[in-house]
Amino acid sequence: MSIKIDTIPCYHCGLPVKNGKSIYVKITGVDRPMCCYGCQAVAQAIVNGGMADFYKFRTKNPSKPGEMLPEFFQQLKAYDNPVVQKHFATTENTNGENIREVSLILEGIVCAACIWLNEHHLSAMPGILSVNINYSNHRARVRWDNSKISLSEILEGIISIGYKAYPYDPDLRQRLIEKEKKQQIQRIGVAGILGMQIMILAVAMYTGEWWGMDELFMRTFRWISLVITVPILIFSSRPFFSAALRDLKNFHVGMDVPVSLGIGIAFVASVINTVRDAGDVYFDSVAMFTFFLLTARYFEMSARKRTAESTEALLNLQPAIATKLVNPENNYQHQISIAVAELKVGDYILVRPGENIPADGIIVEGTSGVNESLVTGESLPVTKAFNDAVIGGSTNIESPLIIKVDKVGDDTVLASIQKLIDDAQNNKPAIAQIADRLASKFVSVLLLIAAGVAIYWQQSNSEYWIEITIATLVVSCPCALSLATPTAITAATGQLARLGLLPTNALALETLARATDFVFDKTGTLTKGNIELVKTIALENQDIDDYIQIAAALESGSEHPIAKSIIQSAIQSTRKIKPAAEGITSISGQGISGIINSQKWFLGNINYINEKCGLSDSAQQLIQQKKIDNDINDLTVITLATEKKAHALFAFNDEIKSDARQLINNLKIEDKSVTLMTGDHKAPASRVAREVGIDNIFSEMSPADKLEKVRTMQKQGSIVAMSGDGVNDAPVLAGADIAIAMGSGTQLAAASADMILLSNHLDHLYSGYLVAKRTLNIIRQNLGWAIAYNLLAIPAAAAGYVEPWLAALGMSASSLIVVLNALRLSRTKKEPA
Amino acid sequence: MEIVYLLIFIALLLVTVIIWIFIWAVRSDQFDDLEGPAHKIIMDNDDIAHKKDSSE
Repeated sequence: MSIKIDTIPCYHCGLPVKNGKSIYVKITGVDRPMCCYGCQAVAQAIVNGGMADFYKFRTKNPSKPGEMLPEFFQQLKAYDNPVVQKHFATTENTNGENIREVSLILEGIVCAACIWLNEHHLSAMPGILSVNINYSNHRARVRWDNSKISLSEILEGIISIGYKAYPYDPDLRQRLIEKEKKQQIQRIGVAGILGMQIMILAVAMYTGEWWGMDELFMRTFRWISLVITVPILIFSSRPFFSAALRDLKNFHVGMDVPVSLGIGIAFVASVINTVRDAGDVYFDSVAMFTFFLLTARYFEMSARKRTAESTEALLNLQPAIATKLVNPENNYQHQISIAVAELKVGDYILVRPGENIPADGIIVEGTSGVNESLVTGESLPVTKAFNDAVIGGSTNIESPLIIKVDKVGDDTVLASIQKLIDDAQNNKPAIAQIADRLASKFVSVLLLIAAGVAIYWQQSNSEYWIEITIATLVVSCPCALSLATPTAITAATGQLARLGLLPTNALALETLARATDFVFDKTGTLTKGNIELVKTIALENQDIDDYIQIAAALESGSEHPIAKSIIQSAIQSTRKIKPAAEGITSISGQGISGIINSQKWFLGNINYINEKCGLSDSAQQLIQQKKIDNDINDLTVITLATEKKAHALFAFNDEIKSDARQLINNLKIEDKSVTLMTGDHKAPASRVAREVGIDNIFSEMSPADKLEKVRTMQKQGSIVAMSGDGVNDAPVLAGADIAIAMGSGTQLAAASADMILLSNHLDHLYSGYLVAKRTLNIIRQNLGWAIAYNLLAIPAAAAGYVEPWLAALGMSASSLIVVLNALRLSRTKKEPA
Repeated sequence: MEIVYLLIFIALLLVTVIIWIFIWAVRSDQFDDLEGPAHKIIMDNDDIAHKKDSSE
């Protein structure tokens, strides 16, 4: 049966092979079906390269390779230009500066076999000296000999096997984080390995204290512990000390001050006791505390690193290369590719369909749909014609445009959005610092008490004053206090990762649990973010499928989202005979016409149809009536018509995510206020709000309006949790108390978010909220315990009732209890479905 | 029981070596990519290296 033929998947990309096509590639001795010539070319290249094993190793299908136009390859040549190359490639001074190295971002990597394929393909190319691909971030480092192969040939090589690669310049911040990460791993490792040694000796000494132990052994063990602790103190704990020093210089007492004091005092006291061979030593506490805290901070930093990577990817929004027209008077004949960084105001540039516009400018020739969703949030392309302004970073959809550049670099709209984000981030509400402030007060009070204790005991009973003071300082446990929050958050982060919710900073969880107001963006957050054909209404007595086929034939060459969704519906329909249209003419953003079976058809918005077909008043009224009857008045509707006659209406909508309603419901049960803020028009906004059950709606808001509104809410005492996905949401995300970006959204939004919802399941946001609430509880328990312990222990120690060994035990036990309590979070608890 | 001193000395020696190896490992990027090599070692086969010599 024909249906069976329909479901044969392409051997390369896994998409269904449409009927009528019979393209095969011989892989491992068998003819394998291919869905298109793109897949065929790629599969053939893989087989010819002797890498057919790829198909054996892969665990997922690679994405379908895009069509590669000759102009695209022409454009790659620009990467060979030394001026362009100096932006991202490094040149070695040997061999006449021919040995070069570049970092590439690879696109299309889905499984480990892809890495294998790329590595083998590249290293088999002559002139390539080394290839190294990182599996976790899909970055490749390639060294090559420029006298044997050019960079564009390397990129072409990657394209020929179905992947895409862009050279990129890892920015300074990225490199610093990379270096910091390595140092951190070394610090944790050293603290851990040496800490184990100290623990071995400590256990021996504790038992020795109990059962009796040779004096000489005891002394030796202490000295050895001291020697082993020194590298931990100097190397591993260094970041705490330098941060504390920096804090003190700025007259600010942060969390690092009590940490350094705890470590410092415990160590100094131990050294004194070792030298004078009396009292107790706390070397094991120093090692373990350093190890625990460093580990907690390492996880925090990994999250920051992810954020840095996403900001870096933002640079990809702007194409690295622009096509400049050297002689605009001369019919735009002479084109050269130059680096975007070299563009100047007044240059004429050509932007082909599918390319990003490299800089802000004004159209001097051409008409095309431009997707400006990054600024406006509007998911449909906007039609731009002569003299219209276009925004750098937006995408040209339909036809070539010639643009005169009027703003470059820091003056562009994209740069100003980035600036808005930076400002918002700098003015982030200060909940973050409360824990720090608490700790600093605690430390100041503690130091005062210790000083008082020292003075008092020195005056009254001078013999034991050192021991009592040390006991007071050691027993009071800034460790438990400073471990209370980070350990709980580290444990919860693992739990959240399983839900696909990634916090990018340590305080995100705490703030999420406290949030009082949840604000949502519409497109891409509550809705799926792509236009779908939701309803087809036949006005004449003919089958709906016929109309879809006709519309699809008209739109077959178009890249517009509406066209794509019609074609998608046509492919899914059961109709086998596909009509073909000829003589297609389109007016961008208005409509399209063409001849099918010698009948002229028109498809477009109501103005276009009226103008082209001259519908009668009654026909127009009928359309209006049908729209109201079918409840599609607030959707995007286009009409299919012939001369004087309307045939069908197509209604498009951005479909609401299935779990949106559930999420809003749950939040309302938790007594949170829920708001919708969108840049889109009022009608679609209220439709979505009605369907998911949101009462507060703000529509037609610019990025600055949204930020302003959120600030007003914050002034009224709300803690605002904002969810969004677009570049236009980025400033408000940065300004909100807690920002959650959709994983499917733009990188810029992710870069300014505190959490990223990778799974895109909205109900995971609610589960995340529950985890956050549990975390906050654990943090409160931890802090409560630490404070209660201190309230009890400090007076006792100050009164001289606590022996130093008891103080050390208390200090370790209180830290351990905090850590164990936090670990309760990582136990998988069944989440409510 | 004097043997304990020798044992401690050996332990310290071992720890020094271990730390040296660990720091070398971090410096030479062994911890950069924790997933890739696990896959690579399984996928490597010898025909490819052979292919490289005969490639045009």
